[in-house]
Amino acid sequence: MSDITKQSLTELVENIKNKKLSSTDVTKAFIERSEKSKELNAYITEDFTSALDKAKKFDQKPNLDLKLPGIPMAVKDLFCTKDVKTTAGSKILNNFVPTYESTVTDNIWNEGAILLGKLNCDEFAMGSSNETSFFGNVQNPIDKDLVPGGSSGGSASAVAGQLTPITIGTDTGGSIRQPASFTGTVGLKPTYGSCSRYGIVAFASSLDQAGPMAQNVRDCALLQEVISSYDSKDSTSINFKRNQYSEELTNNIKGKKIGIPKEYRVDGMPKEIEDLWQKGIQYVKDCGAETIDISLPHTSYALPTYYIVAPAEASSNLARYDGVKYGFRAKGENLIDMYEKTRSEGFGAEVQRRIMIGTYVLSSGYYDAYYLKAQKVRKLIKNDFDEAYKKVDAILTPSTPSSAFKIGEKTDDPVSMYLNDIFTVPVNLAGLPGISIPAGHDSKGYPLGLQIIGKAFDEQNILNIAFAMEEKINFKNKITDWWIK
Amino acid sequence: MSKKNSEYLINRKDNQYEVVIGLEVHAQVLSDSKLFSSSATKFGAEPNTQVSLVDAAFPGMLPVINEFCIKQAIKTGIGLNAKINKRSVFDRKNYFYADLPQGYQISQFKDPIVGEGKVILDMPDGQKEVGIERLHLEQDAGKSIHDFDPQNTFVDLNRSGVALMEIVSKPDLRSPDEVSAYIKKLRSIMRYLGTCDGNMQEGSLRADVNVSVRAKGSKEFGTRCEIKNVNSIKFMQMAIEYEANRQVDLIEEGKSIDQETRLFDTKKNETRSMRSKEDAHDYRYFPDPDLLPLEVSDEFINELKNNIPELPDDKKKRFIDEFKLSAYEATILVSDIETAKYFEEVVAKMGKNKDMKLAVNWITGELFAVLNNKNLEISQSPVSAKNLAILVNLIKNGTISGKIAKTVFELMLDGDKDPQKIVEEKGLKQQSDPKAIEALIDKIINDNREKAIEYKQGKEKLFGFFVGQAMKASGGKANPQLINEILKKKLQ
Repeated sequence: MSDITKQSLTELVENIKNKKLSSTDVTKAFIERSEKSKELNAYITEDFTSALDKAKKFDQKPNLDLKLPGIPMAVKDLFCTKDVKTTAGSKILNNFVPTYESTVTDNIWNEGAILLGKLNCDEFAMGSSNETSFFGNVQNPIDKDLVPGGSSGGSASAVAGQLTPITIGTDTGGSIRQPASFTGTVGLKPTYGSCSRYGIVAFASSLDQAGPMAQNVRDCALLQEVISSYDSKDSTSINFKRNQYSEELTNNIKGKKIGIPKEYRVDGMPKEIEDLWQKGIQYVKDCGAETIDISLPHTSYALPTYYIVAPAEASSNLARYDGVKYGFRAKGENLIDMYEKTRSEGFGAEVQRRIMIGTYVLSSGYYDAYYLKAQKVRKLIKNDFDEAYKKVDAILTPSTPSSAFKIGEKTDDPVSMYLNDIFTVPVNLAGLPGISIPAGHDSKGYPLGLQIIGKAFDEQNILNIAFAMEEKINFKNKITDWWIK
Repeated sequence: MSKKNSEYLINRKDNQYEVVIGLEVHAQVLSDSKLFSSSATKFGAEPNTQVSLVDAAFPGMLPVINEFCIKQAIKTGIGLNAKINKRSVFDRKNYFYADLPQGYQISQFKDPIVGEGKVILDMPDGQKEVGIERLHLEQDAGKSIHDFDPQNTFVDLNRSGVALMEIVSKPDLRSPDEVSAYIKKLRSIMRYLGTCDGNMQEGSLRADVNVSVRAKGSKEFGTRCEIKNVNSIKFMQMAIEYEANRQVDLIEEGKSIDQETRLFDTKKNETRSMRSKEDAHDYRYFPDPDLLPLEVSDEFINELKNNIPELPDDKKKRFIDEFKLSAYEATILVSDIETAKYFEEVVAKMGKNKDMKLAVNWITGELFAVLNNKNLEISQSPVSAKNLAILVNLIKNGTISGKIAKTVFELMLDGDKDPQKIVEEKGLKQQSDPKAIEALIDKIINDNREKAIEYKQGKEKLFGFFVGQAMKASGGKANPQLINEILKKKLQ
């Protein structure tokens, strides 16, 4: 089998279970392709030697009852992995090797998967293009010098480029769904509280959520089934009945009511996006679902709200990176001087910008006007969804207001960069699940995604809708392997 | 409330000033593990041996609340007659310091777990009520050690994350003595509840002291200064005295008082400015997104309420009613739970025919003196309650005299010996046979005839001489009451 890396996760699992492939075969194939794909800069840390060892060990005594038997996979470098360097894309953690494992990755290894390495991402997951990483840009496999999106840019690039069959990212304001959309892959942000945050380097605690990224919906469902668990080590983890998402997956969505929110028709949105949305509406109708026009009146406040709440939490979450205990430390004359130099040299510009915004909005005298007000608006945004869900089962929107842009195109204009998250951010603020699936191409041939937003804990429903649409859309990602010489 | 006759006032030429004091007491929650992690909290462990990844704020680590600490805080709130808030919120207090690994302290700001309450103080001139503003839970920081090395500061994170209760009083205290009584009362209540060991040497109890002064009779508060982190009652009193006088001096000189944070220098016995209001930290409090608001049910609170032990105020009332003690005696006995326990055990062991007064006197007299001398807690008393009860009974039933009892007590100190046995072994039993004593007295009168005549002629002082002689002749064992009676009869 020459095309191992072209296989979906579901196929690989089947082939390993049927002993048509060994874990070593599969691991080798992905390592080989990863080694040929250095130009994508998808990896921060490669763990190939150890991965091969683990694959061989697996093959000696294969446990084929596991959900991910001997499946190699790379993960976003925001997940702490025991004895493997974890940087969060930052210089300040450049030398940090955790002695512990995140719950999400632990769940993955417990189901038989094998770590290939750690994937590039925006520094502390702050960014929408993977350009803020201390470890450099990531290339989008779709085209040279195209951003893969962010912050899970390395993850999206690695899945789209077939460096890993599946991966996990984190999504605070769109960091799974936007890069999935930019790379023609599938990305799910689960309900807040579905996946444990234990061992994930925190960006904005009330918004952060880990989720699966894959080449198709079924793979995504299977990985979600593995990573979602109740965890007493995370006080915001929620104990609810979790589905066997891949086993319960169905394309029967007849009679489902899908909401189309008028407020997502934003000014300046390219016609291509509007057309794609209309196509999506047609697809769900073709699947037997019904679309209903709905209103989410506070949508336009979501982005400013997000850019108060997220930096506020980040400014506090990142206070621990002070050079005292671990990570990078600059020499200083005294404690304060050491702090200032460590954090000035250790954090990149975007992270510093957000720390400053966050510090400002929490300052006495500004707290009520910014942070407190943002929390109130956040409640209103949540209420909008609650109202809508009295009438509909799910909501369909574009994933992003545009396709992927060129590297460097928006680096000098943070606000235009922030606008990328306009359709994804409300979902995080409301703590809801959302999935992005590839739904077409723009005139440049770049992929475009559609987003399906669900009720809290209703991942199964949006996976089913995505699954049904996927069949109708029959999307083919145009990967030319341009980076492989 | 009784009228105060011992007002604490600061006098200057033409003016009298009243001192207004409020305390923020930091009491370490008695708990085997920390507020948000399972690390141990034992005092005196090797540096950095009781530190989890959460305590050291490693990336991706999350706090998980320790239910036991919540119970401890609620119990304390109940002991302070305070409102228990069914919903409270943990906030982050943000600031940078080397011994604060997270870069923030998890505390409670707007919504504390316990609201308003009150504490009753027993002052020499009557009772005084002190209002409690609130009690909230928070994490302790680590410890920076600056004197190990001339270049470097060392950090010990054993204390990092240990649960503290901050108990904030209303500005109801008016003198160093009231502050002392307040701290002792808080400590007593918490020790009864088992929620804080109150050990000030180990830092389990320390306080920030807010002091202001105002002209006597004025209703408005003066500008206050906060004296940070004072860790003994004596230092609190000294700091208040110094600070109040400093403020009065400023007013007398026509200067104004700056609101500021001050430190008490225990060597120089003075307070020094630490930072002014302008330099005050902006802590950027906000609700900790890693922790959901804490909600407790009525059942949860009631369950704790139903298991609250008898507290000092109730115990005192019972001691007065049941054992007919004076208010003063009862106050002394209940102030410390171990003393109260000891006393109650003595009472129980004394059986039916007991002399309560005698027992109290022996505990607060001889026993306290020995404990003081040897610097022991009553829980370490060399004489058990059981044996003290036996001793008191021996006096009560006339087996030994009070004087002999002191000798016996001395002997008991070595290995908690049974006083009954000591009396038997040393033959210290009181001579209570009237015939034997009569014979003894006859002999003494016979030997001292002239004195007997003098006495009969009116030199009554000589009575003591005869008693002394009789005692001496009996080796101190004769029943003094009998000696008295018989002597009186014989010398008539």
